[in-house]
Amino acid sequence: MIDMQGVYKKYPNGVTALNGVDVTIEQGEFVYIVGPSGAGKSTFIKLIFREVKPTNGKVVVNNVNLQKVKEKRIPHIRRDIGVVYQDFKLLPKLTVFENIAFALEVIEETPKNIRRRVMEVLDLVGLKNKARFIPDELSGGEQQRVSIARAIVNHPKLVIADEPTGNLDPDTSWGIMNILEEINARGTTIIMATHSKEIVNTVKKRVIAIEGGLIVRDEHRGEYGYEV
Amino acid sequence: MTNTEVNTVMKFRTFKRHFKVGLKNIWRNGWMTVASIGAVTTTLILVGSFLALMMNLNQVAKNLEEDVEIKTFIELTASQEEVDALEDQIKAMPEVSSVTFSSKEEELNNLIESMGEEGSSLELFEQDNPLNDVYVVKTEDPLETVNVANKINKLDSVFKVNYGEEVVQKLFTFNKYSRNIGLVLIIGLVFTAIFLISNTIKLTIMARRKEIGIMKLVGATNSFIRWPFFVEGLLLGVLGTVIPITVVIAGYYYLDKNVNDLITMNFVELLPFNPFAWQLSLLILAIGAFIGVWGSVMSVRKFLKV
Ligand SMILES: Nc1ncnc2c1ncn2[C@@H]1O[C@H](COP(=O)(O)OP(=O)(O)O)[C@@H](O)[C@H]1O
Ligand SMILES: [Mg+2]
Repeated sequence: MIDMQGVYKKYPNGVTALNGVDVTIEQGEFVYIVGPSGAGKSTFIKLIFREVKPTNGKVVVNNVNLQKVKEKRIPHIRRDIGVVYQDFKLLPKLTVFENIAFALEVIEETPKNIRRRVMEVLDLVGLKNKARFIPDELSGGEQQRVSIARAIVNHPKLVIADEPTGNLDPDTSWGIMNILEEINARGTTIIMATHSKEIVNTVKKRVIAIEGGLIVRDEHRGEYGYEV
Repeated sequence: MTNTEVNTVMKFRTFKRHFKVGLKNIWRNGWMTVASIGAVTTTLILVGSFLALMMNLNQVAKNLEEDVEIKTFIELTASQEEVDALEDQIKAMPEVSSVTFSSKEEELNNLIESMGEEGSSLELFEQDNPLNDVYVVKTEDPLETVNVANKINKLDSVFKVNYGEEVVQKLFTFNKYSRNIGLVLIIGLVFTAIFLISNTIKLTIMARRKEIGIMKLVGATNSFIRWPFFVEGLLLGVLGTVIPITVVIAGYYYLDKNVNDLITMNFVELLPFNPFAWQLSLLILAIGAFIGVWGSVMSVRKFLKV
């Protein structure tokens, strides 16, 4: 599903965020990316949906080599990947319904299917009664659930999340984790960068630890491994 | 099912979606919308009035040009054969559109008529007419007048030619410059309007810059993002033509009713209200739509590189 070989990323300001990363992630896996701030976790995640391009090395996602792909194809590749951000990245003027529907409008779904699938996914994240709200009228946890709903509404094979619980209180975080586990149980690959020791140590999954732009540890059913 | 298929043709429902979103954005942008429409309105009132003036002046100029004719005075001593030969020679010139013979009797009558009361004193000459027979020559293109007159002047049996040299030259030069200057002014105005509207829309897009970034991360193509802006610009432009068209139609109607009576010179005549006012309205509508679309699409272009 994801194959990275010898990936380097140097930002224009001279910072080397990734310094030779080799990793393979299979379809259906649930993977935590852990490591101190500035280790390169976000950069690693952004490479997967081509928000950043590697300076060097090979990145293959869903059998598409991202180095060789034409710029025009990028939007189409992104539609097969659901992305969840720490800051939600919802469109502020659109309602919850419209935000989620947007991901289906870009693939030109019929309005009827859009309505059905958005309501389905709102049911899954428990926000059916908030469909007509705008993001500002929701709590952080609710906004994050909207952004997860948007990420999965199109049934992508891969969902990546960059510190999805970073801004949320523990109770809300567990709610988000439940949703992600449920999606994973349906066969979706999940890659999640996180700082939460509790989550990593409780919901045991594969753990990839990054430090200074290198993978320093890669264990199945791993531990968080850092003191908080 | 795969979502990565590249669809090049937009589905009709997507077109409807873009139209709805564009309409909503106009509503949501509130006073920015008002400002954009205001910019288009102001410019188009100027452009419209100017176009009306230009097109009328152009018509006057054209009338004047068409009145230009070359009078070829035939030698008194020319024989009938020579007169006929002259006609053939003039008709053979490719620039010439018509040649009309006017005898010296007709010429005298014209002269007497054109002088009114005083003309009666000329009736004395009817017995001993001092005038020449004349060929009145018209050219296909009035601008060829000078050229043709010079050529005719060189022919045999021609006493002299007369086409009001000085006036004609000045008229043509004037017409040429005023047309070019008018065109430049109109183009200048249109581009000023595009600049104004694209600046106003740019302000609303600045605020939406982050949103455009998010849309692209969710998998929107550039054209998917651009279309609602296209619709928005088109509607802004068209809404901006409402007042100018009203002004032009009402104003022209008023002029048409009142001014024609005041102007007595027969070559100065307003273009008729129907169809001119409608044609002008259509032109304003087209310019407005163009300004709106161009201004909007130009300003969104910069923000699409995410
Ligand atoms: N857009 C950017 N431009 C320049 N440097 C960046 C950019 N994004 C991240 N970095 C730098 O790259 C390094 C890794 O950042 P990041 O991948 O965000 O780490 P993490 O998510 O693990 O905190 C940091 O030193 C950060 O300052
Ligand atoms: Mg980060």
